[in-house]
Amino acid sequence: MITSKQQLIEAHAPRLRRRARSDRRWSNVTLGVGVAIVAITLLAAIFAPWIAPYHPNDVNLLTSFEAPSWQHLMGTDNLGRDIFSRVVWAGRVDFQIGIITTYVPLVTGMLVGAVAGYFGGWVDSVLMRLTDVVIAFPFLVLVIAILAIVGPGLTGLYIAVLCVGWSMYARLTRGEMLVLREQQFMLAAEGLGFSRRRIILRHALPNLLRPNLVFSMADIVLNILLAASLSFLGLGVQPPTAEWGAMVADGQNYLLNAWWITTMPGLVIVAVGVGLSLIGDGLAERMGERFRLGI
Amino acid sequence: MPVIVGMTLFSFILIHLVPGDPIRIMVGGKAPEAVVKNIDHRLGLDRPLPEQYVTFVGHAAHGDLGESIVLRRPVSSVVGERIGPSLFLLGYGTLIGIVLAVPLGIASARWRNRLPDHLTRLLTLVAFAMPPFWLGLILVRKFSLDLGWFPVSGYGTGFLGHVYHLTLPALTIGLFLASMLIRSLRASLIDIFGTEYIEAVRARGASEARVVLKHSLRNALISTITVLTVNLGFLIGGAVIVEKVFDIPGMGQLLVDSIFTRDFPVVQGLTLVFGVLVVLLNLTADLAYAAIDPRVRLA
Repeated sequence: MITSKQQLIEAHAPRLRRRARSDRRWSNVTLGVGVAIVAITLLAAIFAPWIAPYHPNDVNLLTSFEAPSWQHLMGTDNLGRDIFSRVVWAGRVDFQIGIITTYVPLVTGMLVGAVAGYFGGWVDSVLMRLTDVVIAFPFLVLVIAILAIVGPGLTGLYIAVLCVGWSMYARLTRGEMLVLREQQFMLAAEGLGFSRRRIILRHALPNLLRPNLVFSMADIVLNILLAASLSFLGLGVQPPTAEWGAMVADGQNYLLNAWWITTMPGLVIVAVGVGLSLIGDGLAERMGERFRLGI
Repeated sequence: MPVIVGMTLFSFILIHLVPGDPIRIMVGGKAPEAVVKNIDHRLGLDRPLPEQYVTFVGHAAHGDLGESIVLRRPVSSVVGERIGPSLFLLGYGTLIGIVLAVPLGIASARWRNRLPDHLTRLLTLVAFAMPPFWLGLILVRKFSLDLGWFPVSGYGTGFLGHVYHLTLPALTIGLFLASMLIRSLRASLIDIFGTEYIEAVRARGASEARVVLKHSLRNALISTITVLTVNLGFLIGGAVIVEKVFDIPGMGQLLVDSIFTRDFPVVQGLTLVFGVLVVLLNLTADLAYAAIDPRVRLA
């Protein structure tokens, strides 16, 4: 009655295959929905001048506190500014912040991590110790501390992100690099006498890009939330520039009589965040599948 | 240890990067040169930087973080009275996060790709993307203004008063935390359900509850604690914002207020205290590993 492992696997095969198929289907659905949400909001932001029916900063006290209607899709705020137009224009600011604060650190972090993982030894120890310190520090506290020096605005946010944002990418890339270093093609490149620079940049980094891109999807959500939070506190984007977090802050005194002022920009933040997370999930699941097949 | 050194170094450099002279800001723009010199000398600001750093660390180690420019009181006492509410909020929020995450994570992994899983994943997606300040406002609107169950803001008095006042803020933090915990718990539970030792436990005829609660969950919690510690920074960041939204007299609110009043010594002190807090919480996490995983205890 002793079943061999082979037989066990065969007995479970249909179930596992079914599970793999349903996983794959879901990863396609999540990816599709995510791409759709992000594409719509991103396109709206890019083509803001053509899409927004009003100027985002046009004050008109006669039309203040109007509920959502066909005239004003998302209503108007306390100064009579059209919220839909402001949300669309704010997309430019928020996407720009999100992309810069995510992908510049991605590049620097990947370089640091690849160098640490490839060289090993004391280079690795020093770089990773530094990474530990930076990761351990509460990011928002650091940003606020830097804002104390340079004053409120986006400059402080950018400086802080450049100082700190690379750390997670460095840790991730280093871990992957340790595995990659032992692979045949890497040894072959070394055997061919290529320079270390060429091996790291041309042979290793392209292979390290995918896990970093997956992680960047969660990171960009957190960075947009961070920018919105800072603006909410009055430390980020300065009025009257439209920014989603700042718009929520503008409406917080009118929670009871004009819910739409806070709700509309809030909903947009959530939608963008969900969209980006879905893309990240979909990519991660696909990648996991490929990794599993490869073994 | 290098973390502590890095943090003291950073908060030390911080005050020296401030444009203009903090002493000038302190005494006002029109103070005579001699007065500034005098204060400079008294505070040791005319010494070489490395020497100042050593004195700074020495003082900090004794709990002396300098004096607040605005409040004219020692930073340590200003910060000291703010630590309590912040820690309470963090602890309460983490508790809510774990209480929410464990059952939902189990349900999600157990009924993978079925209704409970889909609902949970939808919840985590939204909770992850939800800006904490907006979530806080929604909770205030619903539970404070409409239903009148909880106060809009404040900290309350006594333990029960704190619990009562901090429930909504802690829920705001807890939901965000739960979204991260559920994801990691689900992933590691699914991995564990596929291992041979769980197969062995099942083969011995253990009940489903025993398989999940005793044999799987304990292993999954290890990676969950890792997620918790990695995200400590975000958790503290969230607490800073939530304190501001709910007007809780904690360190986060003090930090934001100090930016506007340009009270640099307080900012410096708070940065240091936040850093030390993270180190201490990481230490607690290490102890928690040992409590859960006997292998760590032996090592």
